[in-house]
Amino acid sequence: MGISTKKEFETNDFPILDQYEGGSIILTQLDALVNWARANSVWPLTFGTRCCAIEFMAVGASRHDMARFGYEVARATPRQADMIIISGSINYKMAPVLKRLYDQIADPKYVIAMGACAVSGGPFFYNSYSIVKGADHVIPVDIYVPGCPPRPEALLFAFLQLQKKIKREKNFKKNLVK
Amino acid sequence: MTNEQLSAYLSARFPDVEIKQGVQYLEITVPAVNLHDVARHLKDTAELAFDYLVCLSGVDYPEYISVVYHLESTKHSHFLVMKVKTKDRQDSSIDTVCDVWPTAEFHEREVYDLLGVKFNNHPDLRRLFLDENWGFPLRKDYVDEVHIVAR
Ligand code: SF4
Repeated sequence: MGISTKKEFETNDFPILDQYEGGSIILTQLDALVNWARANSVWPLTFGTRCCAIEFMAVGASRHDMARFGYEVARATPRQADMIIISGSINYKMAPVLKRLYDQIADPKYVIAMGACAVSGGPFFYNSYSIVKGADHVIPVDIYVPGCPPRPEALLFAFLQLQKKIKREKNFKKNLVK
Repeated sequence: MTNEQLSAYLSARFPDVEIKQGVQYLEITVPAVNLHDVARHLKDTAELAFDYLVCLSGVDYPEYISVVYHLESTKHSHFLVMKVKTKDRQDSSIDTVCDVWPTAEFHEREVYDLLGVKFNNHPDLRRLFLDENWGFPLRKDYVDEVHIVAR
């Protein structure tokens, strides 16, 4: 790659290029390349525990078409997926399953909590013997999308936020430069 | 049959059931000992032919637990609600109707799971959704200090 310029990648997201003197230029470039690749091919797991999953399907269908943002295919196995969209409430019987699915996804992995149920236990069921009060009691969540259910546009916005988050990641630098 | 005809028929045939006209359906309250006989009769008599158990549910009252059966006849298109009360909340057991309407098997397991009603002669009365040592969460006196915020 050499000492490359911004133009090669056609992206203006090189946040750390000018921060440090010398030394790390190639490595930061690699970061940008890796993040660019990762951010544009985040494959969700086919996972839906309740009504929000219907909205998730609508986002996957042609009108809203999440493939435009690289959220290409919903994978039916966690080993091929990059993230989970928790669309629906998680109950105590489901929680160990969700944890196991999350553990089976290869790093880097991301989680979007979609809808009031996944964010906080839900609009109707929060005071219940069976519902986990927010999926973040079980696995770490990157993006929270409120709504019951959230509009497809809200989920698309969450996708874009997640891409922004991925593009800020430092994969190589943190061990070399303080 | 219309509700009036049903009511006349049932009061003649079963003197000890209470019959009441509800908002939409005829409601009969059957003593727990007669439940199985009444269910059998409702299903097997040609004029009644209640061959479809639409719904079987449990209701928690302060002194007893009630089990409610919604019945329909696909032949005659008439409808009936049958209710039965358990003796009290501790010793809540009534006869199963699994052998009359096989769909009752899972319905009864669900009522057992959530309300703790025991169904005598049920072929496979295990918990349906919850773990073995869970209480009966739909009972009004169920306490769960961890998950439920008391109000
Ligand atoms: S947030 Fe609303 S739409 Fe989404 S799973 Fe919960 S109840 Fe269903």
